[in-house]
Amino acid sequence: MKQRYSARQKTVFKILGAVALLGLVILVNRIPALKEITALRLLFGVSALNFTLRATIPLALGAMSGILCERTGIINIGIEGMMLAGAYAAFVAKVATNGWPLYASLAVGVLAALLVGGLMGLLHGTFSIRYRMDQIISGTVLIILASGLTAYLFDRNAIAEGKFSAIRIPLLADIPVIGDILFKNPPITYLALLLVVVLHITLFHTRWGLRTRACGEHPRAADTVGINVNRYRYFNTMLGGMVAGLAGGFLVLEAVGQFQEGMTAGRGFISLAAMIFGNWNPFGALAAAALFGYTQALQNELLLAGFTNIPRQFIAMLPYIVTIVAVSGFVGRVRPPAAEGKVYETEGHA
Amino acid sequence: MSDNRVPVLEVRNITKRFPGVVANQDISLTLHAGAILALLGENGAGKSTLMNIIYGLYHPTEGEILLNGKPAVMHSPKDAIALGIGMVHQHFQLVPVMTVAENIMLGSEVVKANGLLNVAQVAKDVSELSSRYQLNVDPYAMVEDLPVGMRQRVEIVKTLYRKANILILDEPTAVLTPQEIEGLFEVMNLLRKQGKSIIFISHKLKEVLRVADRIAVLRGGKVVGEADPQTSTQGSLAAMMVGREVILTVEKELAQPKAVVLEVHDISAKNDLGAAALNNISFDVRAGEIVGVAGVQGNGQTELVEVITGLRKANQGHITISGQDMTNASPRHITQTGLSCHIPEDRHTHGMIGSYSVADNLILNTYNQAPFARGISINRPAILENAKKLIERFDVRTPSAETYGANLSGGNQQKMVVAREFSRPINLLIAAQPTRGIDVGSIEFIHNQIVAKRDDGVAVLLVSSELDEIMALSDRIMVMYKGEIIGNVLRENATREGLGLLMAGVHAEPVPA
Repeated sequence: MKQRYSARQKTVFKILGAVALLGLVILVNRIPALKEITALRLLFGVSALNFTLRATIPLALGAMSGILCERTGIINIGIEGMMLAGAYAAFVAKVATNGWPLYASLAVGVLAALLVGGLMGLLHGTFSIRYRMDQIISGTVLIILASGLTAYLFDRNAIAEGKFSAIRIPLLADIPVIGDILFKNPPITYLALLLVVVLHITLFHTRWGLRTRACGEHPRAADTVGINVNRYRYFNTMLGGMVAGLAGGFLVLEAVGQFQEGMTAGRGFISLAAMIFGNWNPFGALAAAALFGYTQALQNELLLAGFTNIPRQFIAMLPYIVTIVAVSGFVGRVRPPAAEGKVYETEGHA
Repeated sequence: MSDNRVPVLEVRNITKRFPGVVANQDISLTLHAGAILALLGENGAGKSTLMNIIYGLYHPTEGEILLNGKPAVMHSPKDAIALGIGMVHQHFQLVPVMTVAENIMLGSEVVKANGLLNVAQVAKDVSELSSRYQLNVDPYAMVEDLPVGMRQRVEIVKTLYRKANILILDEPTAVLTPQEIEGLFEVMNLLRKQGKSIIFISHKLKEVLRVADRIAVLRGGKVVGEADPQTSTQGSLAAMMVGREVILTVEKELAQPKAVVLEVHDISAKNDLGAAALNNISFDVRAGEIVGVAGVQGNGQTELVEVITGLRKANQGHITISGQDMTNASPRHITQTGLSCHIPEDRHTHGMIGSYSVADNLILNTYNQAPFARGISINRPAILENAKKLIERFDVRTPSAETYGANLSGGNQQKMVVAREFSRPINLLIAAQPTRGIDVGSIEFIHNQIVAKRDDGVAVLLVSSELDEIMALSDRIMVMYKGEIIGNVLRENATREGLGLLMAGVHAEPVPA
């Protein structure tokens, strides 16, 4: 038997690490002497952390989308396209319902994002399963499709009126520092964080999760106990598409307020990196997404603080460089679902 | 045992057609409660197809299945499981990164009131089954950490967990040591006593005679006959399987070993995962003797052959062939200067090119020499001429010399590989699992060819996980365990039990070799 830290031990280490980090954050923001130090303020200040959370949400949602698809065995690199399509759909729906009460209009936007994302997911599933297309090509096709269609159809004169605003959660929002960051957020942010928790629980502790993982690790084993592998793959890919669409909806309805061509700016790919770096686990992917989101926040803070020593463009590269280093450093230490990317065929069925 | 009880399982006139081939033709068999029915046949005879039909993975083209006298239609394994049929596949259907309990409950999960999986309950049920059937498994162990024999037990518990009454075991002994095989037979007897019925698929005559109540022999998709183990012999069964008389023992004279041809000294090497695969291995092989390397697959045999044939770097030690240093030499150098030849254990990946014709496969290592090559061009007529001669000499059954290698049966592919390797002068023959997965007739042929080479003065290193093959052919036997040689006995001093213990790592008293 191999020597390894038990999963339980590893989890304890991670929780302790997170608590330590949290403690550091609180300290920096409460002790006036520490607050004065620019470097510490840039790295750990509330402004930086708020930005981090805002940047993390689309990445986390994208990573959840990736996990849903890949854990069942379908490689999905088209998250970027599904996100963009969801963003555009949310925008169009919002603009069309501009006259409605704000929350109803926003809700329609969210529904549109989910619907279009789900359709893209279903398309990817159909290409990959029914037509046995190479799944990486299928994902690429979806990205090109979304980029082209949204740019072509986008009406630059259309303006969406209003976006989601922050909702205070009573009591929890009063916690010093943490409350300001975590509990004064708009709804999709809460939804995304909740989704991470829900996905983790369902993936590892429910019937659906066990069967999903079996489909991605050893589909033949799943088939021999009566599980319909391809049905799970279709369903989960569609779900994954919906989550990616939601990420796009977040960008339009919560973050920016409007649509811009190509507004996803590579977030779909960074989500994939977060998924891999997080070893295909929801919490791991969230932590990785937070890391990448943090680099985006750092980039922003450095620019705002007037850091002119390093050219603006290099600072803008920061998130992408960290992504590359993180993923290439961890290749070989993470383990993808064993059967992902391979078409599953039940032989000999009439 | 009276035969007028209703059989627990009956297949009637089952036919299964795939495009271009009839896998099962008009098969009718019965299985009675508490009985072990052995299904004997070569690879490709249709045994697995028939079992997959019974288990619901395939649909029969014609015919019906009756359970306890009532017709049953199986649309998927779900139906078969619900009707009490369980199957342990030849290649285990276990998810390596999940625990035993998760694997066992997959598809039949037990859920708590709040919707979460009730792993504790499953673990309890598994422990209860473990003790009832003497199949000890740890519900919380990760499958990938388990040895092969234990994984098979998990597979059996998996079927019992789903209340299987009919168990189908597909080639269960292929990956077990002799002692583990005994353990399996004990489990089968216990299951039978508790009223379970078993279908035992195999191509190993000895085992079938030992454990079965009745034997059905399949050949070419049809049942060619049933046999009573009490009155059958290995010879009669082999004849039924192949359709003609088969000589099962290899006639050979005593070896006359001469000079040392292969000398392996202190070789260590790593495997693909970076772990130590070979640990200070030293031995030699003389001209005119067959040295057999026994051992369960995965103890370094593959890496040993790769190091000797130049396919893997040794990080220590040296290898000499006919006095010349061949440590870490290229395969071409070893083949052409060392006059060695290699029958690889994986003919599909290393022995032949499936998309090349038989003729091209036969010149895979001589294509750059005369007469097959003239300068930069290839001499096709010479290649075809060579193919014709070899096909006849080595009895390679193929429609033509241009047929793709992949379209030949396993036995004929292997004969093709043997033909290629034996068609040039050699001093050293390395044969790794030379008769794996091939028909009895071809086995007989290849064994005779190997012995003939030995008698010609070639030094032969035979690596095989089939103990019977090792014992039939070898003059001297070594056992490999965890990358080391832990036994070196003359054939006349070797016993099955002794070798079996060594294969499982139990060190025996050193016997003078």
